[in-house]
Amino acid sequence: MEQHTTTALLYLNGITVSFDGFKALNELSFLIEPGEMRAIIGPNGAGKTTMIDVVTGKTRPDAGDVYFEEGTYDLSKLDETDIAALGIGRKFQKPTVFDMHTVEDNLLLALKNDRRVRATLLWQSSTPQERRIEEIFDTIRLKSLRSRVAGSLSHGQKQWLEIGMLLAQEPKLLLVDEPVAGMTDAETRQTAELLKEINRTKTVIVVEHDMTFVRDLGVRVTCLHEGSVLAEGTIDQVSQNERVVEVYLGR
Amino acid sequence: MRGFNGLLIALALAFIALVSVTLARAQSPGDVLAKFTTDDFSDTAEAVEALAASGDKMAAPIIFALQDGRLLFDAKSKTVFIKDASGAILDAATGQPVTAAPAELETVGINNRLRRAIEAALGTLTLLAPEPQKRLEAALAVYKSRDEKALPALDTAIAKETNANIKRALLEARAAVIVLSADAPEAARLDAVGVIRARGDQEALSLLSSLPADAPPALAKAAASAIKAIQGQLEIWNGVQNAWYGLSLGSVLLLAAIGLAITFGVMGIINMAHGEMVMIGAYVTFMVQEVIRTRYPGLFDYSLLMAVPLAFLVAGAIGIAIERGIIRFLYGRPLETLLATWGLSLILQQAVRTAFGSSNKEVGAPSWMSGAFEVGHLNITYGRLWIICFTLIVFVALLAMLRFTRLGLEMRAVTQNRAMAAAMGIRTARIDALTFGLGSGIAGIAGVALSQIDNVSPNLGQGYIIDSFMVVVFGGVGNLWGTLVGAFTLGIANKFLEPYAGAVLGKIAILVLIILFIQKRPRGMFALKGRAVEA
Amino acid sequence: MTAHPLIRMLDRGAVLFLALLGAFAIAIPVLNLLVPEGSALHVSTYLVALFGKYVCYGILALSIDLIWGYAGILSLGHGAFFALGGYAMGMYLMRQIGTRGVYANPILPDFMVFLNWKELPVYWYGFQYFPYAALMVMLVPGALAFVFGWFAFRSRVTGVYLSIITQAMTFALMLGFFRNNFGFGGNNGLTDFKDILGFNVQAEGTRNALLVVSCLALAIGFLICRAIVTSKFGKVLVAIRDAEARTRFLGYRVEAYKLFVFTLSACMAGVAGALYVPQVGIINPSEFAPGNSIEAVIWVAVGGRGTLTGAVLGAFVVNYAKTFFTSGVLAPYWLFMLGGLFIAVTLLLPRGVIGTYNHWRDGRGEARAAGVPNAPPHAAK
Repeated sequence: MEQHTTTALLYLNGITVSFDGFKALNELSFLIEPGEMRAIIGPNGAGKTTMIDVVTGKTRPDAGDVYFEEGTYDLSKLDETDIAALGIGRKFQKPTVFDMHTVEDNLLLALKNDRRVRATLLWQSSTPQERRIEEIFDTIRLKSLRSRVAGSLSHGQKQWLEIGMLLAQEPKLLLVDEPVAGMTDAETRQTAELLKEINRTKTVIVVEHDMTFVRDLGVRVTCLHEGSVLAEGTIDQVSQNERVVEVYLGR
Repeated sequence: MRGFNGLLIALALAFIALVSVTLARAQSPGDVLAKFTTDDFSDTAEAVEALAASGDKMAAPIIFALQDGRLLFDAKSKTVFIKDASGAILDAATGQPVTAAPAELETVGINNRLRRAIEAALGTLTLLAPEPQKRLEAALAVYKSRDEKALPALDTAIAKETNANIKRALLEARAAVIVLSADAPEAARLDAVGVIRARGDQEALSLLSSLPADAPPALAKAAASAIKAIQGQLEIWNGVQNAWYGLSLGSVLLLAAIGLAITFGVMGIINMAHGEMVMIGAYVTFMVQEVIRTRYPGLFDYSLLMAVPLAFLVAGAIGIAIERGIIRFLYGRPLETLLATWGLSLILQQAVRTAFGSSNKEVGAPSWMSGAFEVGHLNITYGRLWIICFTLIVFVALLAMLRFTRLGLEMRAVTQNRAMAAAMGIRTARIDALTFGLGSGIAGIAGVALSQIDNVSPNLGQGYIIDSFMVVVFGGVGNLWGTLVGAFTLGIANKFLEPYAGAVLGKIAILVLIILFIQKRPRGMFALKGRAVEA
Repeated sequence: MTAHPLIRMLDRGAVLFLALLGAFAIAIPVLNLLVPEGSALHVSTYLVALFGKYVCYGILALSIDLIWGYAGILSLGHGAFFALGGYAMGMYLMRQIGTRGVYANPILPDFMVFLNWKELPVYWYGFQYFPYAALMVMLVPGALAFVFGWFAFRSRVTGVYLSIITQAMTFALMLGFFRNNFGFGGNNGLTDFKDILGFNVQAEGTRNALLVVSCLALAIGFLICRAIVTSKFGKVLVAIRDAEARTRFLGYRVEAYKLFVFTLSACMAGVAGALYVPQVGIINPSEFAPGNSIEAVIWVAVGGRGTLTGAVLGAFVVNYAKTFFTSGVLAPYWLFMLGGLFIAVTLLLPRGVIGTYNHWRDGRGEARAAGVPNAPPHAAK
């Protein structure tokens, strides 16, 4: 089969998803090579989050193929847990952390580890794991808050924590949905730096509205509109594209 | 005038009969009546037969009294009396009231053989009665008794009969007699099998199967094929009947669930006290009838019509109070809502128990809801039919209300997008209360109808709560049409399972099937899709 | 931060709870057997049986708290697992009657003789042996919970939907057990027990022993629950309770976690039922009534869900109140009180007694991470 010979890490072909007649994704095709970082922009309702839902197994496509790792895995046949276990991590649009757990426990739960029932029942903390958590704390700068329950964090702190959880998962592919919403300009710049750092070893897809942030990332941009790709290229190419200006920037 | 004529003819006939019988058997009415006083079944049987043949004007009342156990005798004076419906004692010979009846009257006893003799006698007696109803009953009695002696009377009656229904009954009775009569010519018996086959019910079946083994082969063959045909037909009717019962049960389920479809389906509130709203509706009906009974007995037929708006208002008001007092503090916490409303259901039940006692209350049916009619072999009671109609009316009214009124529009707006609705100036809190009140009020209306088919007791609602939830969940939450289809599907499925599994196992099977179904389609048959589900 | 598992498990509250339970398990038999009857301190045998019953309710409450308080699974059918455990024990006790029944049939229990049954149904085989019956006490509820949970959790039936179908489950079982041809004594259930392990169930000594065994079972159940909720598994459960979808996206197989804890909880409920039956002397289908299961949930809510100790406390307090009020002139008002309790707890005390206390204490001690956090009032989504 043709799909199986792709070199792409993530391969989407002709994905259609409809909700009660409304086509959230319309024949979307799109691919990411290993090690790439891609920014996805588009107006509200363009299908950005639905695309992430399809990749992570939350939504089943009505038609089309989703393949991971050079066509090895057909993601449309797997559920969220399996997909996460394959190494696809996700940060939600609205920061979603475990409010009743401490910041540290949030990271512990995300930490790459055996996820099976027996393993968690018999789990003991170990030095390498503790060291890894310290490392992540250094990156996300929440060490002083480690014993606070996550529910008491500010919006920006929750964003950082969720990014930390994503790091702890050590996924191959990171899907980051609006990471800088609610962050200050300084924090936004830091996040851009962090993502670039992560991108050295991992593949990243970032969905974002903030154009300055996308420009800071300096990566290839895909613009979605009405469930399919409208334009693709550098930020300058895309933002000068007439149709993009018409549907998005021009409004 | 007519009554007078009838009396005259009856008297004339009676006189002629009296003379002929007296001549033939040389038995005076007094002798006949005396046979009732021996307390011997065979004597009584002879007396019945003689009376029937006598044409005495007292024959019918006497035999009726005998049938009902109202025929009394005094062994000492050898006199016979009739106790009429009011308890007065009449002389059986004259029909005149007796002022001083003997103190110790005994009842003339009957046994099964006698019962048949009585039915046969009555059949003969009343085949020619002026009242169509009596003639019909007489024809049916002959059909059952298969008394050959009734044949001449039957023939006379058939010749005279103008009413098609009664004529058919008479012909069937005649056929029933002839089919079993070994003396009748074979051709006549074959014709009779045809008539019975056309009748095609359970009784026809048992009649044909009771044909003796020594019947002529042609007759036996005809009977066998008729039996097969009837069985096939009955099977179909059986299915139709199950479907009807299913529709009836489905309408009850729909009625109970429709209010829940609003509170649970549309608003997402788990109201475990929903059944108690139904129960309150039933008690409102009871109270309306109590007032009517004691003050305005003439209005009894309108009692349910009056109870409907009252039940809606009472249950609706209680619903609004519940929403304002409890539920609004628990929005977004469905499991806690469930517990709180369960507690509420305990309180409401106990309150009704305290106020009305725990025994069942008598709720009567108005005259237009009692009785039944037949379609083919299907017996349809007016009560059930009205409940189905009523359910559909409530359903359509609710749909129309949601679609065409301002309140309905606002309700839909609030459930679809609360924040947006609030921004548009809709007072969402008020709409919440009214929507919950609407759902509760409809439950109250359901109570009015259910009071007709269920025991009105404080536990009335409990029996419906699980079923109602099952219907709403099965049909698909947030979809009134789903509730409609769900209710009727479950009702019909239940009634079709019952003959195979029995009532209880049928119910268990349905519960298990729903549980499995929910696994397969967790959001019901007509599930909403898309982002709305996540909210 | 990561203390030894044993220390994590036995925090101050847990130790206090176990100490109190131990004291209770010793004091009651002492006060019953050793203190003379006339003394003010004497505890009557009736009270011993009553307390034994409460302890069994405590185990049931614990099993509900484990799944509701920590995994957010509100089962309204836990009474079914309790009753199944009870029936398994009842079947053993029935077989022990032997020829002492009214019909003196050595094999068949009285109700079967009465129904003209000639042979013992196959599913009654083996129940004359205590170890087999004891195994069934856990296996039958566990197996039902496993099958039920496997279907439900795999299809992601959650929240109130799950609650409603668990209620339908216990309702269906009730209808079934009411039938005579099910072979469990129909309406009347199983009763007139004589011996348990050779001891007369009515005897004072047996009653005290049963109380102590029940307390022991409660303590073991409590330790198991503590071990679970303080492990990483427990953290995953709470994560599932608060953000199920998020937990899936982290790669946890949510249905496996739920299934494990649901099945374990059903086994515990079964044990509670099994200990309950010899102490009350009867098991009948009304134990399956949906109302019983919901009542058990309110014990947990009163004490505080997600606290374990609160569940047991709630079971004791509510049942003591029930015994107190239903036996006096206030009996007609008991349902008002119980109903009011449901409403008051959900509206005014959503954390329950222990939960509210913990919250207050933690608020003073400034957000110290102490084991597993309490259930939030808004967690049940």
